[in-house]
Amino acid sequence: MAEMPEIDQEKCNGCGLCITVCCCNMLVMVESVVTVVEQAECHQCTHWCTLCEDVCPTEAITCAFEVVIEER
Amino acid sequence: MAIQVEFLESVPYFTGLSPAEIESMRRFIFEKTFERGEVILLEGEPAGVLFFVVSGVVKVFKTSAEGKEQILNLVRPGESFNDVPFFDDGPNPASAEAMGAVVLYGIRRSDFDAILRDYPQVTMNIIRVLAEQVRQLVSLVEDLSFRHVTGRVVKILLENAGDGAGPTQRLTQQEMAAMAGTAREVVARSLKVLEEEGVIRLERHRIVITDREALKEMVGAS
Repeated sequence: MAEMPEIDQEKCNGCGLCITVCCCNMLVMVESVVTVVEQAECHQCTHWCTLCEDVCPTEAITCAFEVVIEER
Repeated sequence: MAIQVEFLESVPYFTGLSPAEIESMRRFIFEKTFERGEVILLEGEPAGVLFFVVSGVVKVFKTSAEGKEQILNLVRPGESFNDVPFFDDGPNPASAEAMGAVVLYGIRRSDFDAILRDYPQVTMNIIRVLAEQVRQLVSLVEDLSFRHVTGRVVKILLENAGDGAGPTQRLTQQEMAAMAGTAREVVARSLKVLEEEGVIRLERHRIVITDREALKEMVGAS
């Protein structure tokens, strides 16, 4: 499975703001809690946009980065 | 679509008003919808309408002459934006853009004056809303003016960098903000600055350090 945003279901208050900003349609509401669904191919979000993490009022969604040093 | 009285009751501007009073002001309110990426307001243009977010999120931001963006606020349901030019009759101090599908309720200045005449207690609500906005902006000014955030972000990147061979500590921008003692928006701006300077590259899920020596020098200088 590709890298996806992580959702802390205990923190999620079901407001759905993340769903409104997700340009990949990767997020859906299941029984008042946001859930990630994997899309076959991401068409629009060419980078890790992190908008869902931006707008979440309860910090329930995290989009983590790995920090690596490029070998020269 | 009919204006929802239940929503208006949740708006801080109208706290303390009875359902009947809110019902009476419903005629002044109109609805507008925007799609993702649509510009709602442009900096410098005349205002005249106060907006409340009913659903979705609105990004309020300023853009520099070089095209750099600084987010001032993300406005969520129940909150208002464009308050300052609405009340001082000046131009919009910032632009606003829909981050997804957005539904807004708007009210014109002349209609709001009528509400203030009929319900003067609303003025206390306005003072509270504006005071909260000033507090939030002062915090952002402090971050942008006095803290050498970029240097601290660089230090965090260097301390958490792996060589790509083994498992590496993963960091969110929120975590970096907490470590640097700043706001997430400021970390996002710092990362963009570092990318423009060519010392890191932002990839999907990865922050690639392309010039470690330059980053070390930045830490030493900050």
